[in-house]
Amino acid sequence: MAHKPSFMPRLEPRGHASPSMVYLTPLLALVVTLLAGGLLFQVLGFNAPEALYTFFISPLTTAYGLGELVVKATPLALCAIGLALGFRGNVWNIGAEGQLTFGAIFGGGVALACYDMEGWWILPLMVVAGMVGGMLWGAIPAFLKTRFHASEILVSLMLTYVATLILSLLVHGPWRDPEGFNFPESRIFSDSALLPVLLAETRLHFGALFALAAVVGGWFIIARTFVGFQIKVMGLTPAAGGYAGFSQRKVVWLSFLVSGALAGLAGVSEVAGPIGQLQPTVSPGYGFTAIIVAFLGRLHPVGILLAALLMALSYLGGEAVQIGMGLPLAVTGVFQGMLLFFLLASDVLIRYRVRFGRPQQEAKA
Amino acid sequence: MQAVFYFSHVTTASCDACRQGSPSFSEKSRGGVRFFDLCRRFQRVQTDQLPPPRLQLRRIDKRFPGCHANKAVSLTLQPGEIHALLGENGAGKSTLVKIVYGVQQADSGEILWDGQPVHIGSPAQARALGIGMVFQHFSLFESLTVTENIALGINAREPLEDLATRIAEVSQRYGLPLDPQRHVHDLSVGERQRVEITRCLLQNPRLLIMDEPTSVLTPQEADTLFETLRRLRDEGCTILYISHKLEEIRALCSQATVLRAGDVVGSCDPRENSARALAQMMIGTELKTARSSISGTRRGEARLQVTNLSLGSLQPFGVDLKDISLSVHSGEIVGIAGVAGNGQNELMAALSGEHRSADHDAIHINGQPVGRLGPKRRRDLGMGFVPEERLGRGAVPDLSLADNALLSGYGRQALVSRGLISFRKVNAYADRIIQAFNVRTHGRRAEARSLSGGNLQKFIIGREILQKPKLLICAQPTWGVDAGAAAQIHQALLDLRDQGAAVLVVSQDLDELFTIADRIAVMCHGRLSSLRAARETTVEQVGLLMGGLFDSADEWEDDHGA
Repeated sequence: MAHKPSFMPRLEPRGHASPSMVYLTPLLALVVTLLAGGLLFQVLGFNAPEALYTFFISPLTTAYGLGELVVKATPLALCAIGLALGFRGNVWNIGAEGQLTFGAIFGGGVALACYDMEGWWILPLMVVAGMVGGMLWGAIPAFLKTRFHASEILVSLMLTYVATLILSLLVHGPWRDPEGFNFPESRIFSDSALLPVLLAETRLHFGALFALAAVVGGWFIIARTFVGFQIKVMGLTPAAGGYAGFSQRKVVWLSFLVSGALAGLAGVSEVAGPIGQLQPTVSPGYGFTAIIVAFLGRLHPVGILLAALLMALSYLGGEAVQIGMGLPLAVTGVFQGMLLFFLLASDVLIRYRVRFGRPQQEAKA
Repeated sequence: MQAVFYFSHVTTASCDACRQGSPSFSEKSRGGVRFFDLCRRFQRVQTDQLPPPRLQLRRIDKRFPGCHANKAVSLTLQPGEIHALLGENGAGKSTLVKIVYGVQQADSGEILWDGQPVHIGSPAQARALGIGMVFQHFSLFESLTVTENIALGINAREPLEDLATRIAEVSQRYGLPLDPQRHVHDLSVGERQRVEITRCLLQNPRLLIMDEPTSVLTPQEADTLFETLRRLRDEGCTILYISHKLEEIRALCSQATVLRAGDVVGSCDPRENSARALAQMMIGTELKTARSSISGTRRGEARLQVTNLSLGSLQPFGVDLKDISLSVHSGEIVGIAGVAGNGQNELMAALSGEHRSADHDAIHINGQPVGRLGPKRRRDLGMGFVPEERLGRGAVPDLSLADNALLSGYGRQALVSRGLISFRKVNAYADRIIQAFNVRTHGRRAEARSLSGGNLQKFIIGREILQKPKLLICAQPTWGVDAGAAAQIHQALLDLRDQGAAVLVVSQDLDELFTIADRIAVMCHGRLSSLRAARETTVEQVGLLMGGLFDSADEWEDDHGA
């Protein structure tokens, strides 16, 4: 059994991760994604440079395109900042999509109830209702987690589908537009219930400012407050948190309420912004993509802002190659998936090196 | 009951010895050992030429990132000797034996087994050669029986019944009686060690490596173990014995190799050197021991009062606390001795507030009932707490020292106002700890994980002491800490006491407790003995209590007129 050479690759710890690499890897992952994407286009029989240009550059060449970029980045950033807080504390909220949907239901519900009314108070009320809706939907996994130790991953994920079905039930039934030819859609919201557009000729709406505020607020909580410190300690070393007298329960509740509120805010911003009514589906998976955004942004609010813009571009690029070159819309998902995959892979590689052969032969390194 | 048990197995051991004609009973005196050694050597010369050394290490070198663990270490182990490997924590002892046992590979150097160069690539290969190792931390499955555990450990192909018979036989023969059918979670720590030793013995080892085997044993259990080891030696087995307890090395070993910072700094016959001389070889400088200025006679009011505390453990195979009463007064150090795993962790969690008690009045701090209060509220009453696990409970490995200062200092140092962290105050506090307690680090921004055990412990103890606690609770304050740092820590605890704080120290190290404690109690099976003055107590009495003989030792106290 002694000296048989083995060519199985192994992972060997590097001892310490280079700090600059931690911030460089997202860029590296992006470059590798571009290369792999180009190869993919080539194999599919398209001109790779042209496809990449259509995917990544063409959406940014018009003011409208730039506006769309921000419109798509807004819900991503809002959801991801809430999720990042929880992820830092080892609280795994996978259900931002459901909380977003519930925010849309609550906010949209207020808009429909105030359909005949006018007033400056309608929008703030919708925003508050949307955040409350998201918090309520986030409170369920938090309660089950703290009370019964139920996995918050499963509960929050499954509640997403419940939320979508409830929304579907409402727009097919009681909230269906009476003049809508039986389409499963609500009335179009009155002007008092729509977020103002910030830039003429685009759909860039007030929600973008919510996202910016969330970036600043998220950074402040993480970097300056004692609550942020508690979340960080609980995420890194729960036993040390217990020793210091921090409460796991509190961290779970706080993470779910904050991320629920921000996801709910994203939901109400969508229906009061670009959509303008309730539909059976109010999000193309923003809540799930936000998980990628959170990790791509290194759980840091500024990183999340950049990552949200990048992910928004992948939505636009997917549409652009679909329209311009006849590629399937699934290209968007493929690019998002590749990006996360390469990011996680480079994360592993900055902590470990790959070795082939027997352990003792490379000990000189 | 326990006494009868010890007595009986010592008897069995010597009877077996007679039957096998082994001369172990003649070895009570050192002269006997030497005489016997000579006879054996003589015999050997007669039968053949001097046999090659059992194991020879030639210029073994091993580097880790940022640490040169072994610097061209050479070591020769003869057949049938008990060889001590001495050194402070971090001297490279563990790395060296891990290389011998195939857990790690040397960067360079040669290993000769019976004179033949060998490559030991894995523990399985080491076992195939005849090398057995008993680790300091056992690797047993709590919910399996002794037989099942051993079967897993040696990849046994024989039926379990046969193995059980062999286990009973071998363990009996070497004076380590074991019931093969019992579940491991029912066994005491000493018995668990017997499982590990028996597992090695079943494979007829020719070299047995023991890593600090007595750190988990009572003094009486340690004596039994020594009998076993001597018998193994007489049968020709070589034993490599790692320890930093000098007295037991002087009693047991005939050769010692001393490591310091990865270098062999000497080898000697420990029987011919004083413990002090060995210690100085190990440390390289004059040994400074902590001395208390005032003995703890000025006892003030009770700062910690525990009354009939009973608490179920949170862990599946943990120890329940049963009816614990204890008081610690201002101006005294109370020590709690005991073999690890007898409820100390549970008691610590109950005192720190990490495990709250239903009975609010069971624990009083400074006269206030705190049973249902959490750690923060207890700190506010003046409690400081140093947990046993430094990295992972007392400090967050990935965070800076400044952040770790904030971890427990946030309340009493007012480092947080209106929910916001005052980084100016946090940094100043961290710098003060580093300065006052001579923490060797490149600054407050260093991650906690980058510090050595001793320096991190100085930081944690400093963090607690600078909060001016009225009551400091300390678990294993110097476990795994180098001797220099240990002396500093002892001095800091004594100074704190002299300033009028109450200090509670839980430790497995009896020497430590007898050095600093004013009163001592012993924990066993989740119960706590009564407290007695350290000055009027002997190691033997504490040893008996550690074995659970509460009644007889308490009788002693009554005889004494308490």
